[in-house]
Amino acid sequence: MKWARTAAIVFLVISGGACVLANFVAPAPYARQFREDPDAPPSRQHLLGTDDLGRDRLSRLLYGTRVSLLLAPAAALFSTLLAALVGGVAGFAGGWLQRSVMAATDLFLSLPWLFLLISVRAMLPLNVSPIVSIMITFALLGCLGWAGAARVVCADVSTLSQSDFMLLARASGSGGLRLLWLQLVPNLKPILYAQFWISVPVFILTEANLGILGLGVTEPLPSWGGLLRELQGFSTLTGQWWQFVPLTLFVMVVSSFHLVLTKEELL
Amino acid sequence: MKRLLAFSALLANLMLMACATWAQGGGELRFCLRTEPKTLNPLQAADDASETIRYLTGGVLVRVNRLTQELEPELATSWKVTDKGQTITFQLREGLRFSDGTPFSADDVAYTMRQLMDPALHSPTGDAFRAGEGKVETRTLNKNRVAITFPAPVAGLDRLFDQVAIMSATSSQKELAVLGPYYVAENKAGAYLILKRNANYWKKDPDGRPLPRIESIRLEIQTNRDIEVLRLVRGEITFINSIDAEYFDKIVSQDPAMAHDAGPSLDSEQIWFNQVANSPLPAYKKVWFTSTKFRRAISESINRQDMVRIAFRGHAVPAIGLVSPANKFWFNAGLQLHPFDTKSALQRLAEDGFKLQDGVLRDRDGYAVEFSVITNSGNKYRERMAAMIQQDLSQVGIKLNIVTLDFPSLIERITRTFDYEACLLGFVNDELDPDAQMTVWLSSAENHQWNPNQKTPATAWEAEIDKLMHDQASTTDPKKRKAAFDKVQQIAWEQEPFIYLVNKNALSAVSPSVHNVHPAVLRPQVYWNIDQLWLSGEVARNH
Repeated sequence: MKWARTAAIVFLVISGGACVLANFVAPAPYARQFREDPDAPPSRQHLLGTDDLGRDRLSRLLYGTRVSLLLAPAAALFSTLLAALVGGVAGFAGGWLQRSVMAATDLFLSLPWLFLLISVRAMLPLNVSPIVSIMITFALLGCLGWAGAARVVCADVSTLSQSDFMLLARASGSGGLRLLWLQLVPNLKPILYAQFWISVPVFILTEANLGILGLGVTEPLPSWGGLLRELQGFSTLTGQWWQFVPLTLFVMVVSSFHLVLTKEELL
Repeated sequence: MKRLLAFSALLANLMLMACATWAQGGGELRFCLRTEPKTLNPLQAADDASETIRYLTGGVLVRVNRLTQELEPELATSWKVTDKGQTITFQLREGLRFSDGTPFSADDVAYTMRQLMDPALHSPTGDAFRAGEGKVETRTLNKNRVAITFPAPVAGLDRLFDQVAIMSATSSQKELAVLGPYYVAENKAGAYLILKRNANYWKKDPDGRPLPRIESIRLEIQTNRDIEVLRLVRGEITFINSIDAEYFDKIVSQDPAMAHDAGPSLDSEQIWFNQVANSPLPAYKKVWFTSTKFRRAISESINRQDMVRIAFRGHAVPAIGLVSPANKFWFNAGLQLHPFDTKSALQRLAEDGFKLQDGVLRDRDGYAVEFSVITNSGNKYRERMAAMIQQDLSQVGIKLNIVTLDFPSLIERITRTFDYEACLLGFVNDELDPDAQMTVWLSSAENHQWNPNQKTPATAWEAEIDKLMHDQASTTDPKKRKAAFDKVQQIAWEQEPFIYLVNKNALSAVSPSVHNVHPAVLRPQVYWNIDQLWLSGEVARNH
């Protein structure tokens, strides 16, 4: 499976590169409406055709992928750090603090995320640019996505705290922050990596779900959620392959993240 | 003898053929309701599903012909409006019976009116009749003649009875005893309803045979429109009463004979600016939004033709004003479509102190013109329209931010907090008569969306509209009413508190197995002549 992991990494790098360079690679501005050519098939001018408003699909795919690929990892990093902090402290301290924090985490996990996001989205100021709006959405996802990972981290820290090398370190006079930084954190790295890689596709999917509900990224900024909305409904099942390119790319990127994750688990 | 036998055989054959042809009546018509009906009481019907049941089962005194938009006799053979619109007298058909066999008389009309106007019932249909303080008096002049007197004149009084299904005063089945073509035979909550042919229905075809011809109707609760379309294509249902443009095109591509475009409907899509004086908007934005020139400039910056062609795939017409051209009598034909003209828009803005500098429009105080428009999430058409308006307005240097909100949040903003700048929504119009628009156009009304519940009209033109709406409501002379309402349309066209964008077409899809279908723009588009429809033999037999 080594070749698959390598291919996944190469694919992610190429996708990431194309998206970062979207300003130079995209054949047209993502918001420009070619009103004489709505729903056009692929052509020399529009390699993936145009959408229902006549916007170039390839350009929107590149910019949309950039939005999702840049912001989802950022949100995943934030939520993983939050999970490490909460879960790490609870697991390391143990006792009543661990029980209290985990009870709060369970409560947090039981919250209906989607409704919460919809409510928070509705309370945001109206005059924000699409870019700020999408950053707020991903920031919210980052803030809300730590609880599951915190449970895993807490359990792992709890186990590590009871291990022989920790006992040895304590017996050697290590304590407090030194023990945490030099002994615990290096041993937590694999699990934090895993939580990070799991979170990335989860956040991409959540944004896609919000997009399908019409509550994700606002027009005219594209995102995967917005691009996947096109496939919602019977009317779109026309068998035009170019309509399925965002979905294919989305599946490939999410799969690639999982293949990369496998490598991290082996660390 | 042989000749006689041959003649007898021929006659028998002819009779059998005639019977077979008539037997093609029968069968089961199937279509979907998008929600479960909230009530089977016709007087309390307010949602689409309940109104569908009311239409199919209820017998009414008069009926608006959905094609001609003229009023036609039903249970009443004639009627007369007197006392300047305060009294209406109906002459009823004789010898009719409800579906359970109880006889129909003037007492049933009186009973229905008492129920309808009972404040405790909160009947939405009854609200249309409430013209003033006081009781509604119903006098049964004889067994087949009834006079109803209202405390104040009611505009368009006779047409309002199109919505009033007459109930039996004596039947033990209460609202389930009906005078319409069908009665509710089975109601499986959340799944389906089955309506059976009312054997006591009074109408007959020109050959004297009883109507309706279709034996039963199966109404399935189906919220998913994709599935509804798939079921139509598979032949599992016989029609879709109202269908979106994309689905319509899909059906056209598969079977053009199924698709029916009846032309522009009464429904409209529009955008409006928040003009509420105490809204939490900055003062400079309130100045923009209350300026007629600003609103007219925005209107002229929007390319409605593109909107029709792209967002609605050609199945709409650019909206001219508050009344759709589909409303044959009340539409003011003297009004013209607001042109798409960015030069004229910029000129109007310049007259109001706005300046276009480096591609950014600024007001006289230097504020860049930027505002947000809210619309409900999940509505593809509105999202497309908003995106198109966004690009159109960028041509005159205006930055538009689009915000899609879940419906409750949107309603909260436009009706309670007034924390919004502009809103893009649609109005669903069922009524032809302008009286139905009183709740929108009176400045004191709740649905006067741009600035509701005003104690006194905020502007001179709103005061003028108030006066004209009251004028048209206080006379029964159609000419005077039309003149007053034409003037209302003219003022609304000039001031543009609502910037009307498009009138969607009434689209439907009907299986070729259903005959005598003449889709109309008024609801219910496909089955308005339900008692005249029939199914072709194969479908009738299979169902």
